[in-house]
Amino acid sequence: MALQSLDIWRRSATTTPGPSQREPIEVAKLIDVTKCIGCKACQSACQEWNDVREEVGVNFGSYQNPHDLTANSWTLMRFAEVEENNNLEWLIRKDGCMHCADPGCLKACPSPGAIIQYKNGIVDFAQENCIGCGYCIKGCPFNIPRISKEDSKVYKCTLCSDRVAVGLEPACIKACPTQALVFGSKEDMKDHAAERIAELKERGFENAGLYDPAGVGGTHVMYVLHHADKPELYSGLAKDPQISPMVSIWKGITKPLALMAMAGAILGGFFHYVGIGPNEVEEEDEEKKA
Amino acid sequence: MSAHNDPFIQRYNTQERLNHWFTAIAFILLILSGFSLFHPSLFWLTNLFGGGPWTRILHPYIGVVMFVSFSALALRFWHHNFLSKNDIQWLKQIPDVIQNHEEKLPEVDRYNAGQKLLFWSMVITIPTLFVTGIIIWQPWFTPYFPRNVDRFAVLLHAFFAFVMSTGIIVHVYAAIWVKGTIRAMIRGTVARGWVKKHHPGWYKRIEQGQDH
Repeated sequence: MALQSLDIWRRSATTTPGPSQREPIEVAKLIDVTKCIGCKACQSACQEWNDVREEVGVNFGSYQNPHDLTANSWTLMRFAEVEENNNLEWLIRKDGCMHCADPGCLKACPSPGAIIQYKNGIVDFAQENCIGCGYCIKGCPFNIPRISKEDSKVYKCTLCSDRVAVGLEPACIKACPTQALVFGSKEDMKDHAAERIAELKERGFENAGLYDPAGVGGTHVMYVLHHADKPELYSGLAKDPQISPMVSIWKGITKPLALMAMAGAILGGFFHYVGIGPNEVEEEDEEKKA
Repeated sequence: MSAHNDPFIQRYNTQERLNHWFTAIAFILLILSGFSLFHPSLFWLTNLFGGGPWTRILHPYIGVVMFVSFSALALRFWHHNFLSKNDIQWLKQIPDVIQNHEEKLPEVDRYNAGQKLLFWSMVITIPTLFVTGIIIWQPWFTPYFPRNVDRFAVLLHAFFAFVMSTGIIVHVYAAIWVKGTIRAMIRGTVARGWVKKHHPGWYKRIEQGQDH
């Protein structure tokens, strides 16, 4: 592998283990929603670094722009106005790939190496191997990947794997003016989050907490939320995200079993032919009266 | 045609044979392209279609062709495939079927119960594969369906592909097993003795001039 600093741990549609000897540290992006001012510098930096540009859209009565993630917008500030404790709260959440430890996209992908998970935790799409089937979209519990209308390839946040590979932080982190976004080892990010959560609790946000959902094995993008008990307030952040059981059944043990059953049917036919033999018309059948 | 001394009896006319083989060719292309995405161990089959993206692009169009072709085939053979009392008894005696003890089986007409069940299994699986295939057809239709419908469709598609393929394995083996059968679909005719032995009920009707 060319990029040794990004050892590949798992690869889509590959049934043997990746290189596992080296033990690089796991990285994480921490998004402190309570510090975010909604300036969208991260959105701009993302497009700048990754050389993608969103089309100019229309205003639909919200700061949210564009309206949704697209093949060009890999991160998006989602703006929600909610009433909590008789207060109007403006909850702004930077949405994008969560870089799950157990990625549903990678599980669903049928094309070898189109989705890769580095040992540092980053989940990356290799568009040159993408066949455009959209299975990753079915696999994702966060509704993140977007298929391009131009090339039928799927795009999403790379956690700036190219920058991380050479020791830089992701572009969005670099651009954030309030340090709502921080990047480092997952352990350090958890420690940092714990300090922030303690402060928030002191300030009266008794349900403040870290969003690192266990249902997908934890994530390499984590949130500090003031209302960690109600993540859905933040523009529908999933409370207990999990790979859909339909995807798990579809991509689990059933397919090897189905292949074995079919191979068994063919083998059964062959052994029947050898063991019992064909059913032939004898001459006496030919002559006898029906 | 049904003269008593004619050694062969017509079983399928030209249109039926062409319809069958057109469906079969589409089926083979679908199996090869579909199974290439079924499990990683078969991904190499995408090479037969010009790579992964081409396999993904071509498979659904071939699917539509097969669905149309199979629909015509199903309409042609529909009325031959209703199960009778004899068929139920035949199914209970599957061990005799497998051991070639045909003399112990109840009288079979134009089709035996196994052939009829295969027909109905295709009538169920192929339209289901068509509908679920439309739902997961990127980029044309998938974006119009809710994510969970999409997930359910892709699961069903894989499951019914398995059922259909297993059925066709049985179908192909039966044609190899029962000698003299393949020429029914190639030449359109079968030997008189073949009909007497495997389809005595149909033979009686031919003799009485009720069929053909």
